Amino acid sequence: MSDAEIKVLEKAIEQIWDKACELGLDPFPIHFEIVPATVIYEIGSYALPGRYSHWSFGKAYHKMKLMYDLGLSKLYEVVINTNPAYAFLLEGNSLVQNKMIIAHVIAHVDFFKNNIYFSRTNRRMVDEAVTHAERIREYEFKYGRKTVEEFLDAVLSIQEHINPDLFIREERAEAPEKPKTPAPKPGKYDDLFALDELKKEKVSTVEEEEDAPRRIPPRPEKDLVRFIMTHSPVLEPWQRDIMAMIHEEMEYFVPQLQTKIMNEGWASYWHTRILRELDLSDEEFVEFAQLHAAVVSPRKGSLNPYYVGFKIFEDIERRWDHPTPEEIEKFGREPGKGREKIFEVRQLENDISFIRNYLTRQLVEDLDLYIFELRDEEEWVITDKTWERVRDQMVADMTNFGFPVIEVLDGDYNGNRELYLRHRYEGIELDIEYAKKTLEYVYKLWGRDVHLETVVDGEPLVLHFDGEEHWED
Amino acid sequence: MLVHRHDWSLQRKGYLDQERHKERVREAIRRNLGSIVANESIILSDGKKTIRIPIRSLEEYKFRYDYRKKKHVGQGPGGSRVGDVIAREGEGQGPGRGPGAGDQPGVDYYEAEVEIDEIAKLIFEDLELPYLEEKSKQAVHSRQLRFGEVRKTGILPHLDKRRTLLENMKRMAKETGTARIGPLRKEDLRFKSWDEEIRYETNAVVIAMMDVSGSMGEFKKYIARSFYFWMVRFLRTKYDNVKVVFITHHTEAKEVTEEQFFTQGESGGTVVSSAYRLALEIIRERFNPKDWNIYPFHFSDGDNYYSDNDEAVRLADELIATCNLFGYGEIGEEEYAGYRRSGGALLSIFNERLKNKDRFVGVRIDRKEDVYPALKAFFGRRGETV
Repeated sequence: MSDAEIKVLEKAIEQIWDKACELGLDPFPIHFEIVPATVIYEIGSYALPGRYSHWSFGKAYHKMKLMYDLGLSKLYEVVINTNPAYAFLLEGNSLVQNKMIIAHVIAHVDFFKNNIYFSRTNRRMVDEAVTHAERIREYEFKYGRKTVEEFLDAVLSIQEHINPDLFIREERAEAPEKPKTPAPKPGKYDDLFALDELKKEKVSTVEEEEDAPRRIPPRPEKDLVRFIMTHSPVLEPWQRDIMAMIHEEMEYFVPQLQTKIMNEGWASYWHTRILRELDLSDEEFVEFAQLHAAVVSPRKGSLNPYYVGFKIFEDIERRWDHPTPEEIEKFGREPGKGREKIFEVRQLENDISFIRNYLTRQLVEDLDLYIFELRDEEEWVITDKTWERVRDQMVADMTNFGFPVIEVLDGDYNGNRELYLRHRYEGIELDIEYAKKTLEYVYKLWGRDVHLETVVDGEPLVLHFDGEEHWED
Repeated sequence: MLVHRHDWSLQRKGYLDQERHKERVREAIRRNLGSIVANESIILSDGKKTIRIPIRSLEEYKFRYDYRKKKHVGQGPGGSRVGDVIAREGEGQGPGRGPGAGDQPGVDYYEAEVEIDEIAKLIFEDLELPYLEEKSKQAVHSRQLRFGEVRKTGILPHLDKRRTLLENMKRMAKETGTARIGPLRKEDLRFKSWDEEIRYETNAVVIAMMDVSGSMGEFKKYIARSFYFWMVRFLRTKYDNVKVVFITHHTEAKEVTEEQFFTQGESGGTVVSSAYRLALEIIRERFNPKDWNIYPFHFSDGDNYYSDNDEAVRLADELIATCNLFGYGEIGEEEYAGYRRSGGALLSIFNERLKNKDRFVGVRIDRKEDVYPALKAFFGRRGETV
């Protein structure tokens, strides 16, 4: 890119930025950077620049890069949720493409800043990821690359199993329940003054000791990473440190997993609005329309989050701009509140509530959404188009960001510090082969027998692994 | 607002981790050699350099839902109806996936593109040539001349014009301050000097013998074929010059071309000694054991004509006396892997009656997966005692 072209781009950014703010967007400052394909795919596959090394990132990188080389897909931009935000633009984008991408990026950053689910994310995560990478590199140096890699394999296998509820924080398990105040020095007449109280206290402590052979965890624990990190009988300090790092990075990514449809819909909505307001020539407008169509077109067979999110936001705006007489009467909805409403939605919802609250019958029909399943082990068939069921299925698929819920029931199973896990079965079965392989990783982290309770074909099943053999009953 | 540009040319983390991934693939191959060795796409690769083979254990395992047992939400182009078939099993990647639904369909292996040479390297890592003997090597005057050095003297036909001009320019630069071509002087001249290389070649001949009697079906031939495929490749890494002689036999033996060897139809009974006799003849005529490392290998289903067994054993002994290693592979029926004939089969007869068993390796192959162990049995490390 020549300096002159850069100047033009910088001007465009300023223009789009001003327009975005005028329309009500409120982003963090953004650090724009033009990068070659190898770099944008690298950042895309690692999800953060400077992140630690692992072969699974290399695998993702190779795959993405290959798709690009073959002309099958293209990554135009990567945005990082930090303050200031980072936006990486692919070298070789045309000016119009870049204008659309910049508008798209600004809306993403607005979303990062203002959506409530992101309110606790670490806005200096890039620095954090870099220090993580350095620490892991040091461990590789100290304990051997292979050792560290194998350990990472194990941790990454359960990395999604953290507690993503950012609003309800449990007390830290390791914190002692009650700070022990030193007993006051017995005074001469204490026994006379506090005879009754003393008695009561004594009784109650005895009760506590007898009644509660402390169960670990006291309640089923969903955060496998933290539980194992804290309670595993075999982990070295450096291993616990790695688990803490992975936990932290995962906490950072959870809001993104929870708002994929909304975030992409929001960005697509705004790049459309903003580009319409720019003075594009006819030619430029056609180029923009082409790229926009490519981004929000339905994908064959699967859901395109850009498209679904975009359509829902447009629909919300329309419905709040022009409420039906019934809506006016029943909900007291005033016309012309569309813009205001979508800003409220972008602040308060995540994908699950977004779909549950705003995916209407009309939209399900317009978007041609359906439920499909495998029939007779050979054909994938559309089995349902009832709009409520489609909606509920989408919500179910996004629950726990698409992963089964696995809980620790007992960290001292059989009185032998074995680990007993339970799959919270809600009608969808686990991939048993995968579950077995993952149990092998969990064994590696826990160091003693591991058990997983689940349901197969309507019957309860417990998988066991003792480090050598699998068995089930 | 500024647009930044940095020099990213040193950034190669993605590439490095890609290498780590490749290394994992290699490890996975090593672990699965048993099933890869007899993979059709290799044996029938016809000179292709790379092949795609399914490799397990490269997945990133997680607790995930059974993709095939759950419902999914999809999106059509409009007008889709209940009952429409949107995909069939086994069609590529399977149909769409819900957002964040673990992102992997029910594919439980990973297809890796691998160079055959790479697989060969892994396989051969464990193999060695037993009884490798110093035969009188044939000195071969290779036609290739090697220009190794540059000298200041020589004959004009070997003048190195490029270097001479360079020297001239250097001298001119020194003398006049500008690098240009000036009058040539003797000290500018540079000559190539060359050597004729004399190489010594080691020779090996494989005498591939196969039973093509009525009882040898497609599967048995395939086994023999995959075995010979690797054997020849392996010998080529050890010897400069490897020749292969193909002999097929039923009641009579004849020398055939490679193509005939692997494709010939089957018929008739089995007289093993006929093949050994022909092999001995060919050795006598063409491959003097003084100059050649000789590896006769024979594949059969072991169903020899009863009255031929004595003769077969006698000739096998004779073969063993002239060669480095005599291999005999008895191939069972694919479907009856568990079923082993005890008496009567040639393998047990050989095991009982051969005089010189040091240089005899007999293996039984029932399944494709047995090819790799068979290769190891033939070429395992053990020749050191000689």
